[in-house]
Amino acid sequence: MSQTDVRMDGSAETRADREATPGSAGRRRERLVPQSSPADSYYGRPVLNEPPWHAPDIAGYLFLGGLAGASSALAAAAELTGRPTLARVSKVGALGALGGSLYCLIHDLGRPERFLNMLRVFKVTSPMSVGTWILTAYGPQAGCAAATDLSGRFPGLGRAAGVGAAVTGAGVATYTAALISDTAVPAWHDGYRELPFLFAGSAAAAAGGLGLLAAPLDEAGPARRLALLGAAVECVAATRMERRLGPVGEPLRRSVLMRLGEALSLAGALAGASMGRRSRVAAMAAGAALLAGSACTRFGVFRAGIESANDPKYTVQPQRRRLAKARAELT
Amino acid sequence: MAFDLDHSLAEQPTDGHRRVGFFTDTSICIGCKACEVACKEWNDVPEDGLDFTGMSYDNTVGLSADTWRHVAFIEQRRPLGHQEPGVGEMDFRWLMASDVCKHCTHAACLDVCPTGSLFRTEYGTVVVQEDVCNGCGYCVPACPFGVIGKRETTGVAAKCTMCYDRLPAGEQPACAKTCPTDSIQFGDLDELRERADRRLAQVREAGMTSARLYGHDPDDGVGGTGAFFLLLDEPEVYGLPPDPVVTTKDLPSMWRHVGVAAVALLAGVAAAAWGRTGSGTTGPRGRIR
Ligand code: SF4
Repeated sequence: MSQTDVRMDGSAETRADREATPGSAGRRRERLVPQSSPADSYYGRPVLNEPPWHAPDIAGYLFLGGLAGASSALAAAAELTGRPTLARVSKVGALGALGGSLYCLIHDLGRPERFLNMLRVFKVTSPMSVGTWILTAYGPQAGCAAATDLSGRFPGLGRAAGVGAAVTGAGVATYTAALISDTAVPAWHDGYRELPFLFAGSAAAAAGGLGLLAAPLDEAGPARRLALLGAAVECVAATRMERRLGPVGEPLRRSVLMRLGEALSLAGALAGASMGRRSRVAAMAAGAALLAGSACTRFGVFRAGIESANDPKYTVQPQRRRLAKARAELT
Repeated sequence: MAFDLDHSLAEQPTDGHRRVGFFTDTSICIGCKACEVACKEWNDVPEDGLDFTGMSYDNTVGLSADTWRHVAFIEQRRPLGHQEPGVGEMDFRWLMASDVCKHCTHAACLDVCPTGSLFRTEYGTVVVQEDVCNGCGYCVPACPFGVIGKRETTGVAAKCTMCYDRLPAGEQPACAKTCPTDSIQFGDLDELRERADRRLAQVREAGMTSARLYGHDPDDGVGGTGAFFLLLDEPEVYGLPPDPVVTTKDLPSMWRHVGVAAVALLAGVAAAAWGRTGSGTTGPRGRIR
């Protein structure tokens, strides 16, 4: 049998090849083997590669996309219930947020000029591909809804586009949860059950905030109620997620931005529903707080995910536990 | 279910080729880094930083867009079989392992790629088409092994191609060709798996009881890998995830949750506009119902 051991006698008859068996020759002096648990990582280096996404672009997009989608839904509801000003500000706000979204998305690409390559394929396994197509359906309708409202022309077409934008907008506001969950990033992946609701709530709060900020008091009722509902859903979803994730939820629980987001959303929603019903200034302040709260939540989720990807323990330990559990079930 | 992951490989046109792979037998790796060099040379992979890390002999650190083979060095105060290390009154062993893209059976990078730039070749490998990739970077956090990266200089994703350009000529990949100890073995994947089983038994019998195969099991979370390993310690010691699962395994459930949330959002908006929830006032004109 061939060996790889260094030989003092210099004999080289036994050639080391792929059958060489390390540690097979020689005699080890007896000594104690320290019982140490295996290292958690390779020199503390992350197992995963960090997402190359820039926070202002991608977390910004999570916020703006949510604001756009939910605002379109609010706009359609306002229009159908005879609140033209709320409808108009929501439509214009949605279009502006959509513009910002597209800017963020394209700006974050390594090759922005190849943006349209996204439209080569449709892949249900890629939330980014699905999202691109949702945006492709949503964008023109949101644009048409805002343009017809501002110009006052083709009201029938505008109404149809508004309803279309509301339906696709709900997709825009929530698919981003699948977008970040469909990764190996522990905090994002494991939170896939609650994230869609967290994002829907946060989007609703933001859209309600925009309505409070820009619509007159007598039309802002739906915005106030939507903000309250959204902020409540956002907080409940975040709390549930942080509890359920256990150790992997640590970066989320630690996130100052997420706590700030919740506080701003709740404060904004409550202020909007109380003082905001009488005072225009209070309503505007509440609206601004809601928008800021939604943005903080999105940046908080984004940052917490990056943190969970960069620390190998969030990757290794849950997998080890999973393996141990599977082994225990086998025996 | 909207899609069936199990079909992803079986449906691939193979042009009569068998699936190929790497078997990296780390027990005979000598840490020469010839694979790193050969890979850089053949694939024209740019420089990835010249840093002194203090991590044993490893200054390459890990796989990335600009590192497609990475030799890990691990120093441990534990015995290697029954070898006498001869470094005084302590045990010592030096583990080395050349890491590479796993060319997963269920490859998350490929699944999430929104442009179709990442594709499955006729050899069963996973390759980036540089001229299609628009640099969205989605594949980077999708990969459960931290392999693929986005190259700063070109803005597009890059990783090991298993030397896609050498295979048609009947050549093996540059790293396997250059490996002086045959630690990196290239070939027909089924054959490599059999060889690995035999090798594992041999190494264990020789006293390396901690030896194990990594990535050879077609029933693991990524459906088995095209590049698999014989390791002498736990995977995480080498910087490998102990139980990687392709993220798209949960995607059907993710989409269901998104669907429910989207409908709930619309219902919430409707309730806010038409209902009497919350503070329930105003909306003076034209309230329907
Ligand atoms: S190891 Fe990562 S980059 Fe390689 S095929 Fe698997 S998912 Fe893709």
